[in-house]
Order: sequence, then C-alpha cells, then structure tokens
Amino acid sequence: MPQRTHDPVETRTLAVLVNNEPGVLARVVGLFSARGYNIESLTVAETDKAVGASRITIVTTGQPVILDQIKAQLDRIVSVRRVIDVTLDPAGVQRELALIKVRSTGQDRIEALRVSEIFRAKVIDTTLQSFIFELTGASEKIDAFCELMRPLGLVEVSRTGVLSIHRGPESS
Amino acid sequence: MDVVGSPILASTLSGAEIVVQALKDQGVQHIFGYPGGAVLPIYDALFAEPAIQHVLVRHEQGAGHMAEGYARATGKVGVALVTSGPGATNIVTPLVDALMDSVPIVVISGQVPTHLIGSDAFQEADTVGITRSATKHNWLVKNVEDLARVIHEAFYVARSGRPGPVLVDIPKDVQFAKAAYVGPKGLRPKTYHPAGSPDPAKIAEAATLMARAQRPVFYTGGGVVNAGPEACQTLRALVRETGFPITSTLMGLGAFPASDPQWLGMLGMHGSWEANHAMHDCDVMICVGARFDDRVTGRLDGFSPGSKKIHIDVDPSSLNKNVLVDVGVVADAGLALEALLNAWRARKPKPALKPWWDQIDAWRAKRSFAYRPSDTVIKPQYAVERLFALTKDKDPYITTEVGQHQMWAAQFFGFDKPNRWMTSGGLGTMGYGLPAAVGVQAAFPDALVIDIAGEASIQMMMQEISTAVQYRLPVKVFILNNEWMGMVRQWQQLLHGERYSHSYSEALPDFVKLAEAYGAVGLRADKPADLDDAIKEMIAVDRPVIFDCRVAKTENCFPMIPSGKAHNEMILGDEETRGAIDEEGKMLV
Ligand SMILES: Cc1ncc(C[n+]2csc(CCOP(=O)(O)OP(=O)(O)O)c2C)c(N)n1
Ligand SMILES: [Mg+2]
Repeated sequence: MPQRTHDPVETRTLAVLVNNEPGVLARVVGLFSARGYNIESLTVAETDKAVGASRITIVTTGQPVILDQIKAQLDRIVSVRRVIDVTLDPAGVQRELALIKVRSTGQDRIEALRVSEIFRAKVIDTTLQSFIFELTGASEKIDAFCELMRPLGLVEVSRTGVLSIHRGPESS
Repeated sequence: MDVVGSPILASTLSGAEIVVQALKDQGVQHIFGYPGGAVLPIYDALFAEPAIQHVLVRHEQGAGHMAEGYARATGKVGVALVTSGPGATNIVTPLVDALMDSVPIVVISGQVPTHLIGSDAFQEADTVGITRSATKHNWLVKNVEDLARVIHEAFYVARSGRPGPVLVDIPKDVQFAKAAYVGPKGLRPKTYHPAGSPDPAKIAEAATLMARAQRPVFYTGGGVVNAGPEACQTLRALVRETGFPITSTLMGLGAFPASDPQWLGMLGMHGSWEANHAMHDCDVMICVGARFDDRVTGRLDGFSPGSKKIHIDVDPSSLNKNVLVDVGVVADAGLALEALLNAWRARKPKPALKPWWDQIDAWRAKRSFAYRPSDTVIKPQYAVERLFALTKDKDPYITTEVGQHQMWAAQFFGFDKPNRWMTSGGLGTMGYGLPAAVGVQAAFPDALVIDIAGEASIQMMMQEISTAVQYRLPVKVFILNNEWMGMVRQWQQLLHGERYSHSYSEALPDFVKLAEAYGAVGLRADKPADLDDAIKEMIAVDRPVIFDCRVAKTENCFPMIPSGKAHNEMILGDEETRGAIDEEGKMLV
C-alpha cells in the first residue's frame, strides 16, 4: 500500500455503470473481496433494457489513495462502462429506502407513530401491535430513525442500500 | 441469380467451424491443446485443417505455458484449447501466470451442453466462475450467434492495453449449432477503451524533471517489451540521448541491451548493487512499463526516498498502487517514450551527469555478482556464464523455471534484444520453463531455445519433453542440478536457523536415462573442465536435449535484499547473512 498511511479514511459512493451480462456483479464484488476493499452497501438493477445497462451503486470506505485505486481497478473491468464518484459530484443526489417493522402497544406505539411523522415515514402495514414504516432519505436519516425506534420495539429492518443520480437535466 | 460476397459470409457454419474460422482470421498459426469430450466438435473442425498447426501437449498446464512462451517470443497472441472440467482447471495456473506478467493468451475451453449447465454433469466445472479472477476477461457463449463476435473480441482484449489472458467457454451444443460467421473487422467491446497517446502536459512535466536531474535513472519493465520492438528502439534512443543510466525488472530484460555501458543490470531482490543503489539514491526516477512490485522495491518506506518519480503505464490502476508518484502518464509505453524523446530533443538539455556516473562506477566496482570460482565443482554461476559465452552468437531464446537458477540466469545471461527472455516473474511458477520453451520453439523451429532449469522445477512439467519429441522441437533443457530446492534451502538457511525442512530431493531421476526414455538426448557434466564440450555438444544436437549439469549443492544466490529491507541494505554474500532478516521480514515472502 502507498506510504501515506496517516491520511484519514473517507466514505465514498460510487455509481458503476455496467453491461448487464451474466457474472458482471460477481466481477465487481469479486474485485472488492480479492483486493480487500470494503463494501458498506451495494445496490444493483438493470436501468436500461434497450442498451443492456445496469447500475451498481457501492458505498465504500478507504484512504483517498485506496479510493483512487478502487476506481481505477473498477474501470479496468471490461464490462464496466463508467465509474462515477457520486460523493465528489456536487450535484450528486443519494437516497436510500428502508422498511422498518416496529412492534409495540400503548404509549410506545403512539410515540413510534409520532416519530414516524416527524421523519415523514409512511405506514404501509399495520396490525394492532405493529407497524411497518417505509422511509426514504439519506442513509444517516434512516440510521437515526432506526435508533429512535429501537427502544420503541424495533423488530426488523430491510434497506435497499444507497442509490444515486446526478441533479439537473443532464445524465451523470 | 448473382451471389455476392465471400462464400464464408454467405454460408452458415457450425459453432466449431466458426471457432476455427475466427482463429484463422485472427492470424493464428499454432494452437496448443488437449482433446476431450466437450471439445470434440472443435477437434473435428481442426482435423486436416492446413492453416493451423495443433501441438498436442501432455498436460493442459503445458498448453497454457506454451501459449505464453509463444506470445512472449513472437509478440502475438498465444492460443490454447482445452476440454471442460479437468481440462479447464488444469490451465488455471497459466492463466494467473499470464495475468501477473501481462501475457496475451486466448484459452478456448469446452463446456457441457447448455441444458446440463448447473446439473453437476460429467466433467462440468464452473469454468467462467473459477477463471474470473484469473483472466483479464472471460466469456461463456450460450448462443452460437454470439460466438464469432466473442472470439474476435477475446483476441482484441487479450492483446490491447495491458495485455493479458482471456478465456472463452463454449458449451458443446453451441459447437454443433449453426450460425452465420462474422469476420473480425471493427469488432471491439463497446465498454473497453485501452489507453493510447500520453497527455502532452504530463510529458512536458516529465521532460522538465528529467532535464533538471542530476542523479536520474530509468527503471523499465515488461511493459516496454509488450509495447513492441519499436518501443524498445525508442527507449534505446532516449537512454542514449539523455546519457542516463538504466536498470530493468526481471520481466524487462532485453528491452535495453545488456552489453551497453549505460546498463546497470537487473534491479530488485537479486539485482545488482549498482542498480539498487542507483534506485535508492536517484533524484529522478523514470519508470516505464513496470509496476513497483515488492520484489523490486524492497521495504516501501525506504524505497528511493529522495526522488521525484515519473511513472508511464498503460494501466491506470498501476499508478500510485504501491508507490506514490509525482508524474503519472497513462499511455502506451511506445507512444509515451516517443513523446518524451521529442520533448527532450526540443529542450536540448546538457545535464552534468559526471559525478553521478562516478558514483555508479564506484558501486560497480563492488562486482556484486562475483562468486568464488572452483576447479573441482561446477559453480552454477559459472555454468550460466559458459552457456552464455557459447551461445550468444546464436541469438538464443532463454526460458527458465523458478528458483536460484532463474536468478543466476537473469544475472549472468546478457540479453541484447527483447522477446528473447521468457520467465515467470509475477507468479513464480515452477514448471513454466519447459513448456514455454516448446511454445517458443514452435514459433521459431530453427532457433536455439534453452530452458535454464532446476532439478525440482523441471519435474513439474517434465512430461512436455514428450511433446517436444513428437513435433521434433529441439529445445534444450539445461538443468542446474544442485539436488536441492535451492531457493527454499537458501531461505531456510537465512531465516529458519538452517533447519532444512523438506527441501532436499532424496530421490531424483537419472535425467540422462529419462531423456532417453522420452526419445530425447541426455547429456551430463559434473566437472568444470568438461562443461564447454558438453554445452557445445548440446548445441550441435538437432533434437531435444536434457542436460544434467551437476553443480555445487549449497551455493547461495547473491546479492540479496533481505525481505523487509531497503535497497541500500542489500547483502553481498554469506558472511553478512546472519541476522540480516528480522522478525518482521520473516513474515514476508
Ligand atoms: C509451483 C510452485 N511451487 C512452489 C514454489 C516455491 N518454490 C520457489 S523456488 C523453489 C525451489 C526450486 O528448486 P529448483 O527447481 O531445484 O531450483 P533451484 O532453486 O535449486 O535453482 C520452490 C519450491 C514455486 N515457486 N512454484
Ligand atoms: Mg535445485
């Protein structure tokens, strides 16, 4: 590894535009495991059927030199069309969606509903003793919501991982 | 009715015929392969095919290394053909070897028919899964309509940018299915754009640094050889016009002539004193087509601490990977060198390099490759020296196995031309040398091709001598037989308190008889006085030869940068080895 070991670790969101072909996810993920890079979150789906393109969004951490390595290594994969560093893009938007199940009754149930309103979460399912909330936003917002729900009966969380896009009329 | 266009375009071919046609259109003249159930249709299409010579190997690993040797010697793409399952898994080592050393090879593997994929069918292996991280790219072709395009793309990916191995896995039903053939013209993967010309601003920056340098050094690698003979010529012109000293990695030997006074010898763990000290003390380092590998840099925080570093590489991920550089140029080495040469000529600097060369001459005076000669036993270094002296007029091609003999070959054999030196650098694969030599000899039947081998390594791919015999490929296997896995023994001596755990071969074959059993010629020498005549006899024989050169058993390879040490901490001989490697160094390989 390069010498500047005192550089701080940063978090980056990378949008990796790839050909939607068999094994492409394995190539991208395999690179991270083979070279010992971190994956904090990962989302993938086809985004343009007509041209066979998929978008993989990866949140990763590392020192700036390592992050540059990760981008260069990703770029080298033959199936990769482009690598966009969303974090470095001032017009980059990042969002995550979460489904959060909370089980409680009485005062806790009322409090859970009240907090969900503050966070503009949607109730998408309810029983007499539980809610499922749907929440969209920055990952930190979802983290904060889950922390608040923990003492109020948090049962289960399902998250999409970060998605990203470039603001304005142009493509990224 | 008029029929327009070539008959091939007009007709449909079977997948197997498409493979053969595509190979021909890619200019392939030789393939190295081994048949099996899942490639029988391709073998059928190759039957009595006059344009392609198929070399039947004895083990698929041999096919892979032959393709590598062929590629490195010719500058063309090497091709191997193997069956599914064990055929494919047997070629994984050469794939990784080629990936590490940037060697362009295309491996075509058979696969079980598409409807059986995933059912654990007979001889099914997840070949694209297994080789994903062993290749630059790989493809599983499930539709015969894609087959011709994929094969052409495969060749393009293998040879362009930073060259490397690719694999095309073809299910058996796809080999039987029919489709229209498409030629190679204009077929390129849409998403793959290898680097070409350098950024002129970076070249200007580099030239300015070079013009002001007082203690410059060129550090070049296999990338220059890969960039082609013209790139090597440009390098020579640039080095001569600048007057700078030059060293190179193991992989880069021959790009610059070893007989030139500006040549410092190889650098790195077993490189020359002058090359490593020049690297350590330089003020400007110009790295071209090399990758700051750990065998080259030694301890990273002690690596050339005072220099400005220029790095030219076709692979952007090579820049700042191990060592941070000041000027990074992403480009083909040939184009970047040409741009640098022009920039240098435009500036016409007159650097005062005399003090630097005086210093280098002082380092040279150490004569770091010197060894204690003997009249009674053949010193391995002496054997390589004699081999070089007696063959250098014959423009020989040298391959090696892995171990001490490999390092002595690099130290004592001088290469004045590129593409003459084939060795497993990055992966360090014992067993590489013999099949690589067979591959070279297939390309150049009249050339003198010598595998400088160790007695342990040679046994890993020994069977390929049979291939050499079958095709009358007169390769010479020159075994420096010390009865030890010498490099392992050396490390055990230095690092593990002289406890020689399982590094001595208590049973060795009689290599002369073995040669004869295979139908090759066996020769032996065990006295220095007999060596020259025996080598001359080896050269004179127009058949494959195994030469059992009995050498000193416990000679160590020096100089050496001990693991975990810097360039200026290298040791010259046995006297200095005690305690040379500390606990941390022991952890390194
Ligand atoms: C396939 C493989 N296995 C193990 C090693 C580790 N290794 C490196 S050198 C060496 C010994 C080689 O012995 P020999 O071929 O006799 O060469 P010498 O060092 O004696 O010249 C070994 C075992 C390797 N490089 N490759
Ligand atoms: Mg040996």
